[in-house]
Formats: sequence, C-alpha cells, structure tokens
Amino acid sequence: MLTVARAWEVLQQVPDPEVPVISVVDLGIVRDVTIAADGAVEVTITPTYSGCPAMFEIEKDVREALLAAGAAQVAVRTVLSPAWTTDWIGPEAREKLRAYGIAPPGRAEPSGLIALARARPPVPCPWCGSTATELRSEFGSTACKAIHVCTSCRQPFDEFKAI
Amino acid sequence: MAAHEEELGIAAGEAAAGRRPVAGPSRTPVLGAPLVEYLLRLGDDRLILGHRLSEWCGHGPILEEDIALSNMALDLIGQAAALLRLAGEAEGQGRDEDALAYWREAVQFRNALITELPNGDFGVTIVRQFLVSAHSLLLWEALLGAPHEGLAGVAAKAVKEVRYHVRHSGEWVVRLGDGTPESQARVQRAVDDLWRYTGELFDADAVDAAVAALGIVVDHAALKARWDGLVDEVLARATLVRPADGPMRRGGRVGRHTEHLGHLLSVMQSVTRAHPGATW
Repeated sequence: MLTVARAWEVLQQVPDPEVPVISVVDLGIVRDVTIAADGAVEVTITPTYSGCPAMFEIEKDVREALLAAGAAQVAVRTVLSPAWTTDWIGPEAREKLRAYGIAPPGRAEPSGLIALARARPPVPCPWCGSTATELRSEFGSTACKAIHVCTSCRQPFDEFKAI
Repeated sequence: MAAHEEELGIAAGEAAAGRRPVAGPSRTPVLGAPLVEYLLRLGDDRLILGHRLSEWCGHGPILEEDIALSNMALDLIGQAAALLRLAGEAEGQGRDEDALAYWREAVQFRNALITELPNGDFGVTIVRQFLVSAHSLLLWEALLGAPHEGLAGVAAKAVKEVRYHVRHSGEWVVRLGDGTPESQARVQRAVDDLWRYTGELFDADAVDAAVAALGIVVDHAALKARWDGLVDEVLARATLVRPADGPMRRGGRVGRHTEHLGHLLSVMQSVTRAHPGATW
C-alpha cells in the first residue's frame, strides 16, 4: 500500500504544466497528503492565482501519477486558504527556475497599500547575471510571471513574480 | 432599506404585469437571502469587469498591454468563479458558478454599473480599472478577517492579485495623464465620465446590514476615505482634476442595469446557451 512518504515522492515527480522544470511540490501547490485506512489518498492543492488555467491539468496529473503508483483511489481537494505565496518555493527550486531562464521570485511584499512606481530592486538576468535589467510589464506569458529585458545581454526574460 | 425594497417591488411589479417578461427555470428569487445577494454582488462585479477586460484580448494597443489586460481578466474571472460557487452553496438550490454566470438574465445580475460600461478607448478602460481596483483592494483587506471561511479565503487570494492591478492601472493613469495633451485630455474625460458611477461602489443597504449581523462587516465610510486618499494621490501625480461628487448613478445592486449589460451577456452567454450542457 502507498505510504504518505511515497506519495510525496511520486508528487515530487509531477511537473508543473506551465513551468515543467519544477514539480508541483517544488512550487508549493501541494499542501497536504493523507491516506485513509482503506488506502484512499486525499491530496490538498492550492492555486497559484484565482484564475490559473493549469489547475485542472494539475489535478489530472496528480491523480494519474498516484493511481499509477498504486493508489486505489485518489481525491484532489482545492483550498484557497492559506493563500499560496512564492515564499513557499524552496532554494533548490529557485535555482532550477534560474537555470531554466526564469528569474526566481523575490520576497513577497507585506500587505498594505502599495507605492506607485516604487523603486524596485533590480531583478538579476537569469542568462548573464547582470542587474542592468528593466521591467517591461508586470504581466507576462502566464499570470505568475512578469516580463523583463536585460540591457547587458539584450535578452528578454520572465520573472516569477513575488506574490 | 425602504428604497431598496421599493426598487425591488417595482421590478417585481413590472415582471408580474408582463412588461418585462422573464423566462427560464432558474430565475433568482427577487431578493435572495442576504448572504447570497452579497456574494452575488461581489462575484458579478468581477465577472462582468473580467469579461469587459477580456474583450481587449487581441486588440490591446501594444502586445504587453494586451497580455496585461488578459491577465487581469483571468484573475477577476477566477475570483468570480470562487465567489459565485460560494453564492450557489449559500443559496442551496444546486446552482454552481457556471449556472449563475451563464443562466441568469440581466435583471438578475448584481454588479455595479461601472463594471458593465463599454470599454471605450484604452484610457477609459485603464481609468475604470484603477478606480474599481482601488476599491477592490481596500474591500478585500477589510474582508480578510471575515468569519466566513470561503469568503476570507477568496479575500486572501484576491488581495495579492489586486495589488498588481492597482499598481499597473495606477501607473498607466499617471503615464497618460502626465503625458501628451491628447492623452491627458482623453483620460481627464474618462475620469469625468466615470465619476458618476463610483458612488455605487460605496453604497450600503439592507443586504450589507444583514451580512454585518453575520460578522461580515465593512466600514464603508472608512473605505471611502481611504479610496479618496489613494485616488487623489494618483490623480494629482497624473496632473488630472478630481471631479466634484455630483449625483451618482446606481441600480446595479438591485438588478436595474444600463442597456449595455444585456449586450454583454448576449456575447458572454452565447456558447453555453447555444450548446446547453456541452463540456470541453
């Protein structure tokens, strides 16, 4: 029978559909795994963004991976609270993101009103490491990314935005 | 309370007299339970504004802005789905978020009028986005501690997303206002035209009083004061003039909408209604 530890190992291998270089566990989407006495597995996941279109895909991938690993029954539950934060992405996953060409997120800002056009700490270019980069748009190819451009190596790049 | 019931009474009377025929098995009771009404208002604001933003997809002035508007639409429609799901659960008649989004008529929608107005030019869209997002941010902060697990969960999620919307739209208001004479004239006109629709966002009626009794308390006067501060700061930086608070347009909260909502719904609901029960 599948153990909780083994289930986490299996989920560690399930890639995020939009950023396949890291797993759904790396991303902090998987919040809890429980296994009932009859072997039924319940996985609790939380969306990165309210409208994240990848949630259905993630739910399907999680279910299929656990069934393939021998789970008799899998239920995937979605919770909104506590709200997902990029602070849950660990150092190893951040390095994987950077190596993949996506600047990892900074620390999530404290709540409260936000200053317009605030002085943002420069986001280092994931390609050449230069900090001479400019924010092009706070909304990128997916809800979770911003677009920057590096003025040193002239490459555009995505940043996983802190949230 | 009295004005609220009177408005509802007029709507019900018109329907009974056959002047406003409303068909469909899933017609909402004219006044639902306060919690249902409250969640519908929150959900419908986001659904309708999200749909308006989605109309920009493929039409943005520049590629980055096309993507930004679509991303904000996605956030809002995601929040709406969660809120309408909660409304359906609170109603207890088996309606889910899709049933509520696609099978209600215009008079059953509870969104504020400002969200349903046509997009206008990019300046109008961005000014509206700023005015509404600033309100949303403050509202979600107030609802973070709501003693309703589902609502507090949406608030915690939405507050993070809306912070980006406020900053993005606010920066654009400054850029356009403090821009060329043409851009400044256009966004000033947008501010002037939209202003009369902002009052409705701060209205509190019997529904708000009833949910406050459940512990969902929002201090509308305090919220308005903070909104004024935020909006004033941005308008000043944008070299725009804040209009005087004149008569305000309202009615969306009780289902009295502008003519624009019906046209919006005829597009938004067309696929579901052409192919009922279809999945993909």
